[in-house]
Amino acid sequence: MAGALRRGAGVPADIYLNVAVGGILTGLVYGLMALGLSVIFGVVRVVNFAHGEMMTMAMYIAITLFSALRLDPLVMLVPIAAALFAFGYVLQAGLINPFINRPEHSQFLLLIAVAMMLANGLLIVFGPNAQNVQVAYGFDSFQFGRLIIDATKAYAALAAIAVSVALFIFFRSTMLGTSIRACADNYTGALVVGLNVKRLYALTFGLGAACVGAAGPMLLLIFDVTPAAGPAYTLLAFVIVITGGLGSMPGALLGGVLIGFTEAMAGLLFTPSAKSMFAFAILVLVLLFRPQGIMGKRAA
Amino acid sequence: MIARLVAGVPTRALVLLGTLLIVFLAAPLFVGDYLLTVLILILYLAYTGQAWNIMMGFAGQLSLGHALYVGLGAYTAAALYVHYGLGPWIGLAVAVPVAALAGAFIGFLAFRFRVAGVYFAILTIAFAEFARVGFDHLAWTNASSGLFLPVAQYARNDLWHLRGHPVMFYYVLLVATVLAFVFCRALLTSRIGYFWLAIREDEEAARSAGIDTFHYKMVAVVISAAMTSFAGVIYAFYYNNLFPEQVFNISRSIDIILAPIIGGVGTLFGPILGCFLLEALAEGLRSLLEVFGIDVPGIKQVVFGAILLLVVVAVPDGVWPWLARKLNLTERRT
Amino acid sequence: MSRKPRSGTVRITRRAVTAGLGATAVAGITPFNIVRAQGAALKVGVLLPRSGVQAGIGQDCQRGVDITPAILKDLGLPALEIMNADTETNVDVARSRAEKLIADGAQLLVGAFDSGQSSAIAQVAEQKGIPYVINIAAAPPITEQGYKFVFRNFPTAGTILSDAFANQKEIFASTGQAPKSAVFLHVNDTFGTAMSKGIGAVMPKFDLPYKIVEEIAYDPAARDLSVEVAKAKATGADSLLVVSRLNDAILLTRELVKQRWSPVAILSMGPGWYEDQYLKTLGKLSDGPLSFVPWYDPNKPLSKILEGALAKAHPGINLNTNQVYTFEALLVAADAFKRAGSSDPKALADAIRTTNITNNVSPGPGIQFDPKGQNDKLRNSAVQNRDGKLVTVAPQAAANAKPEWPLKPYDKRG
Repeated sequence: MAGALRRGAGVPADIYLNVAVGGILTGLVYGLMALGLSVIFGVVRVVNFAHGEMMTMAMYIAITLFSALRLDPLVMLVPIAAALFAFGYVLQAGLINPFINRPEHSQFLLLIAVAMMLANGLLIVFGPNAQNVQVAYGFDSFQFGRLIIDATKAYAALAAIAVSVALFIFFRSTMLGTSIRACADNYTGALVVGLNVKRLYALTFGLGAACVGAAGPMLLLIFDVTPAAGPAYTLLAFVIVITGGLGSMPGALLGGVLIGFTEAMAGLLFTPSAKSMFAFAILVLVLLFRPQGIMGKRAA
Repeated sequence: MIARLVAGVPTRALVLLGTLLIVFLAAPLFVGDYLLTVLILILYLAYTGQAWNIMMGFAGQLSLGHALYVGLGAYTAAALYVHYGLGPWIGLAVAVPVAALAGAFIGFLAFRFRVAGVYFAILTIAFAEFARVGFDHLAWTNASSGLFLPVAQYARNDLWHLRGHPVMFYYVLLVATVLAFVFCRALLTSRIGYFWLAIREDEEAARSAGIDTFHYKMVAVVISAAMTSFAGVIYAFYYNNLFPEQVFNISRSIDIILAPIIGGVGTLFGPILGCFLLEALAEGLRSLLEVFGIDVPGIKQVVFGAILLLVVVAVPDGVWPWLARKLNLTERRT
Repeated sequence: MSRKPRSGTVRITRRAVTAGLGATAVAGITPFNIVRAQGAALKVGVLLPRSGVQAGIGQDCQRGVDITPAILKDLGLPALEIMNADTETNVDVARSRAEKLIADGAQLLVGAFDSGQSSAIAQVAEQKGIPYVINIAAAPPITEQGYKFVFRNFPTAGTILSDAFANQKEIFASTGQAPKSAVFLHVNDTFGTAMSKGIGAVMPKFDLPYKIVEEIAYDPAARDLSVEVAKAKATGADSLLVVSRLNDAILLTRELVKQRWSPVAILSMGPGWYEDQYLKTLGKLSDGPLSFVPWYDPNKPLSKILEGALAKAHPGINLNTNQVYTFEALLVAADAFKRAGSSDPKALADAIRTTNITNNVSPGPGIQFDPKGQNDKLRNSAVQNRDGKLVTVAPQAAANAKPEWPLKPYDKRG
């Protein structure tokens, strides 16, 4: 009974549209999460294998605040992002900094250890069951003719765009943002010019963590969280960053949308249980034929 | 050849090694079945760690998807046994080329297109995940229902079919680990070992010195993959059931590489020492928590993670180089 | 999560004593063991996944373990000394934990929910000649290996399916209604695939009024099921046949609401749709789905006692499969211990083979084992979510309510 390709008896066109739109919206939020990694990896050059766990931590903070204060996760974006910023800053300055020039496997082990501690710490504090927030609009959907759009996805996607734009403005227009980009482009040059690179690195890691801190509550509207959810998000973030292009912020968003869209359509056209294979197939193709990513710059 | 293998190694090191070997050979006579299980796990990880180390430590390619080769080896041998009744040693003869081919494929794709460092690591993860989802749909190996090997008996030790008491697996893995150790030493002291060193240190310079880096990197990957598949075959016949979710899972890949990184990547003894330390730590933590009556699920992993963190911060090159210096066992460089 | 210094102390003393003795030596002083057994409790090792991916279920089963000793005492059964172990949802750990428990003196093992881990433990148990009672694990091969020491008091996927269809027919007959078509949505893991394969074999025998128009399998790691539900809705089927787990059940229901599709019935043949988390998270939206699962018989007196004990220890938690079958595994252990009169593993195994417990909790004539060690007399029930509680609607003999049909449309639930 199980076949690899199961074509439905003529799937109507509006289903394709609904699924595509849903995929794109979710992809935007994935993109924000990946943006954090792009910032961290692109600038500080640290392979952050605890990225997903930072995300689940942000989601759990949102849950705690929600049950205590009854505030909508989107409203709590800013304080949660701030909390994650602090966490990221301290983590980078305190622990990760010596590892920047160390080989990847050392960084990997360091962050895997951090991830292990975070994930199991969350298990101890929050228990193993999936949790989520019950917002008033949690089951709403907008209907435009035959197109049905999930309300939570729409709000989350809008928030993701807003945060991304804010970040973009920061990196382009502020002194601090420019300094950080300088560090990324030319480490020695930045040192020569007198930038306090260590502090900038810590700031950048904090910023990347803040992105994750913002993306967490948004994703919480769409998905549930379990303590073990981290690794899947880490992998997803890496796939998106590499596909979209390291060091390119629009690239991260584009990568997110592409992966979200592909997975949704693959699930619709083929068997849903194999849809993650398509994301990996895209990753492999990108790595082989356009390793700088869709919007990345080719390394000098 | 033996002379070349032991050249430059201080006598103390050889004596220690010999003692260790004797201890291992005699261990089953003294330890209970529970510790035997732990030792089997240690040897399994020591063997796979050494195989992984060839790719990473010797040739500098970080593979985070080594569970792929374990899984390919395990499933090939198991499927042949279940469907055609072919014993594991015959299955091995088929599994090794399959895994080697997979390694060659990945290596070719990566090196031909200059995928390196973290990107290569992510590529290996992608292939392992690909295999996981793929095998979840493969009817010939029962897809996600799991492939169960028929378990006949435990009374007799049947080496040909690998059916029997865990002690048999212990000695098989011990022999494998020792052979791998000697093999790695042979590789390191040969021409190819020096080429790998050059590639690891500075690939550009190596290439300009006329070394065919593509060729030697491929050799490392293929050897590593082929060796790892043997571990997979043993895994299949030891546990007698395989589920793609568990066999190809990224956590298995992580398990394989923790020991060599902790012990010391690129060193000969690092992976083995790392296994001991990690397993001793894990079991020790569990026993300690039991003694204190602390029954909180997850706390062992938190402490384990914390200790890993401390180790990697304190001795970034691995425990073995530090230990070797302390014990005065480092090779004298001429 | 409570400190158990007592068992820790006992274990240290025992380890010091038995450290020098090999397994053969202990077996050789069997008469000494019998004398001790009559006073001493049976040491039962309980292996469950209390951390890792399956932690939620493992901890749920643990609740069943915690309330068991008091009930066994009231039944006049001998005491059990429970030795808890966490398999960490990992087959290596499961195997070594089983060895450790046996090395620490466990005379019987119970566990471990997951088929892969249970299979590894079964091999250890068989090698050591220690009886192993599986609480939950549906993969058929485990009891097909010819083991003499492994017993399973849980139905296999095939039985779950045939009972599901039999109960469905009963419900269709009693309500006078039935769906014309169904879309089969299932998770692509061990249990889901086993059910999918089984349906092809079992369904034709039951002459059901509906046809399965499409089968959609989804990834167990899926976070988002909107595509799957969209596909299901697009088939035009009027009912949803599903095998999923807890998280998926919640996700699926949310998608059903958001995509505005209310099937005439949700027929689930796996976990999730009846669990506390589902009921709590979805509130009014959780009413209606029918779950055809291994369950308990609410009319049996011991069920009421178990329900009461659970309510006292963990208020707000409904009794479900996890606790029931874990309790029954321990019940089997205590009952066999009493009849064997000794904690010698071979005697225990022989006693388990002749188990016939009629004062039990699960539906059917009681707990008995066939020559392969499987309890093939277990009947599975149909439960329905009603007002945040669970009622059993089929089979007639084990029911305590009438089924409601059809499913109240989601947009009419206020």
